[in-house]
Amino acid sequence: MKKVFAILVMLLSSALCRADDLDIGGIIFDHVLDSYEWHITEWRGHSVAIHLPVILIDGGIKTFNSKHILETGGYEGYHIAAKGEPHEGKIVRADGSKPFDISITKNVLQLMMNALLLLVVVLLTARWYKRHDALKEHPTGIAALMEPLIMMVHDMAKENIGEEDYRRYSPFLLTVFLFILFSNFIGILPFFPGGANLTGNIACTMVLALFTFFTVNLTGTKHYYKEIFSPDVPGVLKPLMAVIEFFSALVKPISLTIRLFANMLAGHIQILCMVCIIFIMGKMGMAMTAGATVISVLFGIFLDVLEMLISFIQAYIFTMLSSIYIGMARQKAE
Amino acid sequence: MNLITPDSGLLFWMVLIFGIVFFILAKWGFPAITGMVDERNKHIDESLRLADEARARMAKLAEEQAELIDQTRQEQGRILKEAAQARSEILAQAKVDAQAQTAQMVEKAREQIANERETALRDIRRQVALLSVDVAEKVLRERLAADAEQQALIDRLTDEAVIPSEAKEPSSASYATAGSKSITS
Repeated sequence: MKKVFAILVMLLSSALCRADDLDIGGIIFDHVLDSYEWHITEWRGHSVAIHLPVILIDGGIKTFNSKHILETGGYEGYHIAAKGEPHEGKIVRADGSKPFDISITKNVLQLMMNALLLLVVVLLTARWYKRHDALKEHPTGIAALMEPLIMMVHDMAKENIGEEDYRRYSPFLLTVFLFILFSNFIGILPFFPGGANLTGNIACTMVLALFTFFTVNLTGTKHYYKEIFSPDVPGVLKPLMAVIEFFSALVKPISLTIRLFANMLAGHIQILCMVCIIFIMGKMGMAMTAGATVISVLFGIFLDVLEMLISFIQAYIFTMLSSIYIGMARQKAE
Repeated sequence: MNLITPDSGLLFWMVLIFGIVFFILAKWGFPAITGMVDERNKHIDESLRLADEARARMAKLAEEQAELIDQTRQEQGRILKEAAQARSEILAQAKVDAQAQTAQMVEKAREQIANERETALRDIRRQVALLSVDVAEKVLRERLAADAEQQALIDRLTDEAVIPSEAKEPSSASYATAGSKSITS
C-alpha cells in the first residue's frame, strides 16, 4: 500500500513538473480573489471554465458573456484593467474608470448557491416541524441535523440578549451563523460547487458586519445611546469618553469584518501554499518532489481539518459577538 | 489593493441576497423551528414537573398507607386486647354467676333435704307411733285376755284417749279411733 502510494505520488509529481516558471503568488491570489469566470480544471491544454455573465450599469444596463472579454481582452469598449492599474483585474472603460459592475462573478454565483442551499435546508427543517408533532416525536433527518445548531444559536441569543426580546433577534443571528458556517464549509471544498473564497472576501464579511452594525444601532435603547454620547463619568472626562465610546461603536463592525475575512483568507492561502509546495519542489528532482508531496499532502489534510474547525469557530464567534453587541444595545438603565 | 477593497458588485449582491434570505428565513424558517423546540422544551419541563409532583404524591400516598396500616394494626391489637379482656371478664362473671347459682342450688337442695328429712322423720315418728301403738295393743291384748278385769281399764283408757284427741287433733283422734275400733273388734 505504501509502495503504491509512493509510486502514485512520483507519477503525479513528475507529471506536474512540466510547469517551468511558477508564479506562486499569482496562482494563490487567482484562487482567493474573485473572477469573471469559474475555472474548473485544465483538460488537454484547454481550460474548462464556466463563463459568467457580466452586468454593467453604465448609462443603462449592459450584459454580455465574460468569455468575450476574457478571450479577446476587450469588448464593447471595456477591457480588464492590467496589473498595477487602479482597478486591477476589474472590467474598466477605455479611459481606465470603473463602471458600476454588478456582474455575476465567481463569488456572486457562490453566494447565490450558498443562499439557495441555506434556504432549502432551513425551509426543509421548518417543514419537518410543521408536518410533525415535535411534542410527540424526536426530530429525524434534516431536523435532527439542524436542530442542535439552530438551538445553540437560539440559546446563545437568549443568554446574551436577555429573556425579554431575544426572539426578535434570534432569526437574524441564526441567518448570519448558518450563512457563515455554510459558506465557510463550502469554501473548503476544492472543486466546482464550492471553492470560491466567499467568506474570505472583504465585501461579504463587511456586509454581514454592517447588518450587525445597523441591527445594533437602529434598535438600541436610550440607555445605550446615553452611554455613548453622555457616559456616566466626571465632567472633564465626559467628552473624551464620548469620543472613545463613539469610535468603539464604529470599530466593532470593522473588527467583525476583518476577523472573519482574515481568518478565512488565511486558511485558504495556507491550504493553497501546501498544495503549491509540490509544484515548487517539482523543479528540484524526483526525490525532493516525492518527499515534498508526501509532506504537503499530510499537512494539507491537517490544514483542511483545522480549517473545518476554524470555519465553525469563526461562524460561532461572529454570531456570538453580534449577539453580545445587540445585548449591550438592549440594556436598560438600572 | 484588490484583496482589501470591497468590490461594489459583490457588496450589492451580498446586501440583496443576504437581505432576501434573511427576510424569508425570519418569516418562514426559524420562528417555526425555534417556536416548536421552545414549546417542546416547555412541554418537557412541564412533564418533568408533573412527574415530580406525581412522585411526591405517590410517596405521600405510600406514607399515608403505611400510617393507615400502622393505625389498623394498633386498632387490631386494641380490639384483640379488649376481646381478651372481655373474655376473661365474661369468664370471671360466669364463674361468679355459676358459684352463686351453685350456692343457691346447694342451699335449695339443703332446704329440700331438710324438708325431706323432716317429712321422713315425721313419717318415721308416725310409723313408730303406729308400731308402738300396735305393740302396746298386742301387749295389752295379751294381758287383757288373761284378766277380764282389765277390760274395764282398757275401755276407760280408750275413752280418755278418744275424747281429748277429738277436741285437740283430728289425726291423733283418728289413730285413737282406729286403735279403739281395732280394740273393740
